[in-house]
Amino acid sequence: MGQFGQAVANGILGGAVYALMAAGLTLIFGVLDIINIAQGIMVVLAAYLSYALSVHLHLDPLLGLLITVPIMFVLGVIIQWAFIRRLRGRERTAMSLLVCYAIAVIIEGALYAQFGSTPVGIQTSYFNTTVHVFGFYLGYIYLIGFGLAVVAIAAIYLMLYRTKFGRSIRATTQDAVAARLIGINVDRVAAITFGIGVAVTAAGGMVFGATNTFNPDSGYDLISRLLSIVILGGLGSIGGALVAAMFMVTAEEIVNIWQPTWATVVYYAVLVIVLLVRPTGLFGKQEARAQ
Amino acid sequence: MTAHRARFLAVGITAAVLSAALAACSSSSTSSTGTAPKTPIVIGASLSLTGGFSTDGQAFMRGYKLWANDVNKAGGLLGRKVKLDIKNDASQPNQAVTNYQTLINVDHVNLLFGPFSSLLTAPTAQVAHRYGFAFVEGAGGAPSVFATKLPNLFDVSLPVDASTLPLLNYIKSLPAGQRPKTAAFPTSNDPFTQPQIQFAQQMLSADGIKSVYSKVFPAEPTQYKGIADQVAASKAQIVVLGSVDVPTVTAFTQAFVQAHYNPKVFIATAGPDQGSAYVKAVGGQGNADGVMVPNAWYGGSPNALSQKMVSEYIGIYHGTPSGINADVAEAYSVGEVMAQAVAATKGLDNAKIVAYLHSHTMTSVQGPVRFDAVGQNLAATAFVFQWQKANFVQVLPPGAGSTTVVYPKPVWGK
Repeated sequence: MGQFGQAVANGILGGAVYALMAAGLTLIFGVLDIINIAQGIMVVLAAYLSYALSVHLHLDPLLGLLITVPIMFVLGVIIQWAFIRRLRGRERTAMSLLVCYAIAVIIEGALYAQFGSTPVGIQTSYFNTTVHVFGFYLGYIYLIGFGLAVVAIAAIYLMLYRTKFGRSIRATTQDAVAARLIGINVDRVAAITFGIGVAVTAAGGMVFGATNTFNPDSGYDLISRLLSIVILGGLGSIGGALVAAMFMVTAEEIVNIWQPTWATVVYYAVLVIVLLVRPTGLFGKQEARAQ
Repeated sequence: MTAHRARFLAVGITAAVLSAALAACSSSSTSSTGTAPKTPIVIGASLSLTGGFSTDGQAFMRGYKLWANDVNKAGGLLGRKVKLDIKNDASQPNQAVTNYQTLINVDHVNLLFGPFSSLLTAPTAQVAHRYGFAFVEGAGGAPSVFATKLPNLFDVSLPVDASTLPLLNYIKSLPAGQRPKTAAFPTSNDPFTQPQIQFAQQMLSADGIKSVYSKVFPAEPTQYKGIADQVAASKAQIVVLGSVDVPTVTAFTQAFVQAHYNPKVFIATAGPDQGSAYVKAVGGQGNADGVMVPNAWYGGSPNALSQKMVSEYIGIYHGTPSGINADVAEAYSVGEVMAQAVAATKGLDNAKIVAYLHSHTMTSVQGPVRFDAVGQNLAATAFVFQWQKANFVQVLPPGAGSTTVVYPKPVWGK
């Protein structure tokens, strides 16, 4: 029971960290119908930004978010404006995959050139401290990640459903042509949404870098997990990403108790089984947008 | 119009085939008769410059380059400069196989050096064997590599299966009251780690130490924290971790620290041997202190060849002897051994090189090298190293040049 409880706790807290990394991916898909497969390397880029601020400016990684979030936002806007905006017509989705892959390769190359291949981790004294709850040691960094995930996802929801800009986003999501006809600057909405999606990644990258060692290559392992999370949660559903991430990581952690070699298999088997029953994921696109 | 295009195409193809044939004749005559003595000797290798083994691959590249620079400064091999042709395999066995085929058939290299890791060495050695190349390598020491019984394979480093033996003997020698009672054996699903873990588990069990955790986890990055939490929950007094890289050891260390779990002995099969990269990743000296790793070389080795290499390495890359990745020495040794065989056979005939390597004892920065029929280095000595206050020191086997083992391992962060 102790091991099971620890596995569930690890799954919920670790899942929240993955949700934080996947939130931007699902937001961008929900609004722009683009699968940003550069999301993995963007998480790694954000981790490196936090790492660099921590090592060179001795800035606490949490405070560093005040710098990394705006940087990532601007990067997202630039990418959308320079590359994604130009994609039109029926081939847009397929072309966007290629463009995002190219962006990922460029970022990876730049990170290799700047930081090399040696794995690094973000170190701060309180990251390794824990709180003892119900017999389990819960790491502060995982609790911080959980808190950031809840705050980020709540903030995105509030923005989408309680602000004028959120209405513009939802209108663009439902019908871009009609949105343009009623005076919404669709290009501006798309650029800012892409920027927000990438900005959220700054927090995910910081927590990822504090809970793992990473190098420029780490994005490849991440993107497959992040894609499976947003597909299971329902492409475009922010809350779905949170639930799916917790569900999948918890399943993986529980399998780890008995047979760790099967954990990764079970992770993807869960995805396949759920999709057989609900092809649109746990909170499929239509349901998510209807909320 | 169609007939004209077809004729044009036929002429073009014929010209291309003729050019290729002429190029091949030219290439083969050069290599077989040796009529171009001043052209460089090209040595091909595939290394993991990106991907999961990239830290090791980059260190190997430094070792190969350092050796090539030294050889060229001394006048080259057989009076010819040495040129390295290194291709990136992204840590993928299939890509490594493709790279060696390209090096042999397209780049027409004269000699081959091995890749990083047993996982990539086993399939690539087959390619080298098919084309009659001697395959000298420094990181393919798993039993599964030698089980192929290839006559062209030569591993200059320590065969890995019994690498932890000095530590196991030390534990056995402890007074009954101090000896640990329980051990945990988590290991990556990798041909390099599993034989070492199985060997340690059998030996410790035979000495009456109870195995309280023994599981294999996936080779690809996974949720290490849950696995490490189970090891911590087992309260094992010894942890023998089958790891291939720094991230795995770091993840276990971080989870152990968070669980306030301090085993008396913590040894990892790889990771702690990667110098300053390891110390930084685990969060500094406090989390590295007392951690052990088996290997055949360390930066403070009294071997004169090693001291020269260390001094040159620091001259180029800076740092300290303890901060040098052991992969650098493994790669450098590959070059040294190949150079001795080439010099002794006075040529680049790979068949003669293979015969020489099987029948002579050579020297390297890692110590003497003498191969058995399947390419294991019988002269290699297993050492166990330990991090002690930011210094990477040899602690076992005890004797001249060894530092006293710190046992039990200090509490994390102290």
